[in-house]
Amino acid sequence: MKEVRLMKGNEVIAEAAVRAGCDGYFGYPITPQTEVIETLMEMKPWETTGMVVLQAESEIASINMVYGAASCGKRVMTSSSSPGISLMSEGLSYLAGAELPCLVLNVQRGGPGLGTIQPSQSDYFLATKAGGHGDFRMIVLAPNSVQEMYDFVSLGFELAFKYRNPVMMLSDGVIGQMMEKVMLSAPVPRMTDEYIKEHYGDWALTGKFGGRAGNIVTSLELDPAIQEQVNEKLQAKYQKITEQEVRYEEILCDDAEYFMVAFGSAARICSKVIEMARADGYKVGLIRPVTLYPYPSKVIAQRAQQAKGFLTVELNAGQMVEDVRLCVGNHIPVEYYGRMGGMVPTPGEVYEALKDKIINKLK
Amino acid sequence: MAKIKGTVIVDKERCKGCEVCVVSCPCQVLKLSSEVNGKGYHFSYMENPEACTGCASCAIICPDSCITVYRQKMA
Amino acid sequence: MAAEVEIKEENLVYGKNRLIKDNIMHYCPGCSHGTIHKLVAEVIDEMGLEGECIGVSPVGCSVFAYNYIDIDWAEAAHGRACAVATGIKRMYPNKMVFTYQGDGDLAAIGTGETIHACNRGENIVVIYVNNAIYGMTGGQMSPTTLVGMKTATTPYGRDPRLHGYPYKVADMVAHLEGVCYVTRQSVHTPANVRKAKKALRKAFENAMAGKGLSLVEFVATCNSGWKLSPVAANQWLEENMFPSYPLGDIKDI
Repeated sequence: MKEVRLMKGNEVIAEAAVRAGCDGYFGYPITPQTEVIETLMEMKPWETTGMVVLQAESEIASINMVYGAASCGKRVMTSSSSPGISLMSEGLSYLAGAELPCLVLNVQRGGPGLGTIQPSQSDYFLATKAGGHGDFRMIVLAPNSVQEMYDFVSLGFELAFKYRNPVMMLSDGVIGQMMEKVMLSAPVPRMTDEYIKEHYGDWALTGKFGGRAGNIVTSLELDPAIQEQVNEKLQAKYQKITEQEVRYEEILCDDAEYFMVAFGSAARICSKVIEMARADGYKVGLIRPVTLYPYPSKVIAQRAQQAKGFLTVELNAGQMVEDVRLCVGNHIPVEYYGRMGGMVPTPGEVYEALKDKIINKLK
Repeated sequence: MAKIKGTVIVDKERCKGCEVCVVSCPCQVLKLSSEVNGKGYHFSYMENPEACTGCASCAIICPDSCITVYRQKMA
Repeated sequence: MAAEVEIKEENLVYGKNRLIKDNIMHYCPGCSHGTIHKLVAEVIDEMGLEGECIGVSPVGCSVFAYNYIDIDWAEAAHGRACAVATGIKRMYPNKMVFTYQGDGDLAAIGTGETIHACNRGENIVVIYVNNAIYGMTGGQMSPTTLVGMKTATTPYGRDPRLHGYPYKVADMVAHLEGVCYVTRQSVHTPANVRKAKKALRKAFENAMAGKGLSLVEFVATCNSGWKLSPVAANQWLEENMFPSYPLGDIKDI
């Protein structure tokens, strides 16, 4: 049944996982996302849906437990925050190489190193370009509300299975820790073994039932000619993802002359900035990428035709701005504004930056 | 008097000539050939077939599963 | 002339197990892995677990175990086999899940995953092939390399002042409550192969009975890495490996 509740972003992940028919969660405590596993342990879903919840000894173990469980054709996930995600890089690469579906939540905190436990968006590069070694991509979903954190769990599983690929939900400490109203959807049952047999039995490890040939989940191929084909197959898949799975939101873009591009919590700040700018008579719009990979390049390139300038707003040193510049080109300015180290700018600060770096320069 | 006799068949293309079977045979039946197989290995063969009792020691230790053992009670 | 033994099914004493694939193994001549693979296949076959079994192969020489034993397999990242096996076993608590790992994979890079799987008492079998060297990368020191032993990274012999001491995983994990069975076996003589098979079968039975984790260590050879012939390596094993890694059950409850 549907239900409305006031919930914290991290807690809602636990609720979403159980309601999405998740088969297993493997995790390790790290601020600011530990409420995910705490909430799951409190919910005891193994007594209701049969979902497994296990606290691993490290993020390395978590992601490899995910690898094992995903090999079985099951809906499995983990969550962590930036330093923990670094530890998962190896596993993410293996998951992508072996084409296994899974959902990985990154509730980002500031870095580098141990950094801070305060919110940040400084894993944009990691999530979209450098998830691990080798040529691979993850589908990256960037929620900007507690509701989207909820929704992107089932969406994440859907995409992960559609493409047999890891999906990363790239949230941050702001959204993970804040409380909002959230609409919970009706629970979906876990996949039965029969369902898995029917839909995934051709690759999943289930034991060699029914006299089928043995299944092997691996990312190893020593023959370079074959490994190149494996890579080409992966690239073709990523191409398909790029064509079919771009998601974004546009706010007041139709008549806009100045554009802000921001995702996640930064986009929330920007939506307030638009109001302030519009009140002063500046035609400002916001493009919010919802998928960071695949990136909404086309819409940004298209909006560049009508734009006088772009400002990306990011809780990092300016990472996504590189992608926006690739979409826009050099004919108009593309600038960045952001704070680092866990500092979150106020709408007023961002508005000043917008005026300073874009509007006033182009007047 | 009935006598137990054995024989082994070596899949000589699987055999890598490691000689572990030769030293494991309690009856000194096996030896490495002077010929080589397709991969260049001196494969194992029965040099002294009459002595084989079919105890399967050679096959049990063979790392490459290339020895099949038969045994029969002879009249 | 004496009569010949007739080559027919009823006279068959021993042959290649049907779960051993026809692929020729990439292992060096005389490598213990081949014999241990055979035992794994035979135990699975004899217990009727072919359709229930999921193996996890490591990084190391036995990475391609999945090419040789005809069951379902996952290939794990280096050292992570016990975590991968945990993920599988938690999804399928009634299936037979085992890892197959060398000493580099299990005792060096995978120490954490191994010990915690043991400590959680995962109902899996850990098959641990200890030949005191990194085979695949060309014979470097592993944590279990003997004191004084020459390897590619200890060309003057392992010096405990530099590299510490041979790491005895089996003795260590035997202390953990989640572990029900720890044994050291070898496959260097037919008699030892027979014993080892019984031990392996017991481990598989423990896992299916939910008794906890069983670790079967095979004290094995790497004749290429040791720079010995297969036969000489088996002798070196007895003389040098067994004093540090004595055979027999360490824990059986």
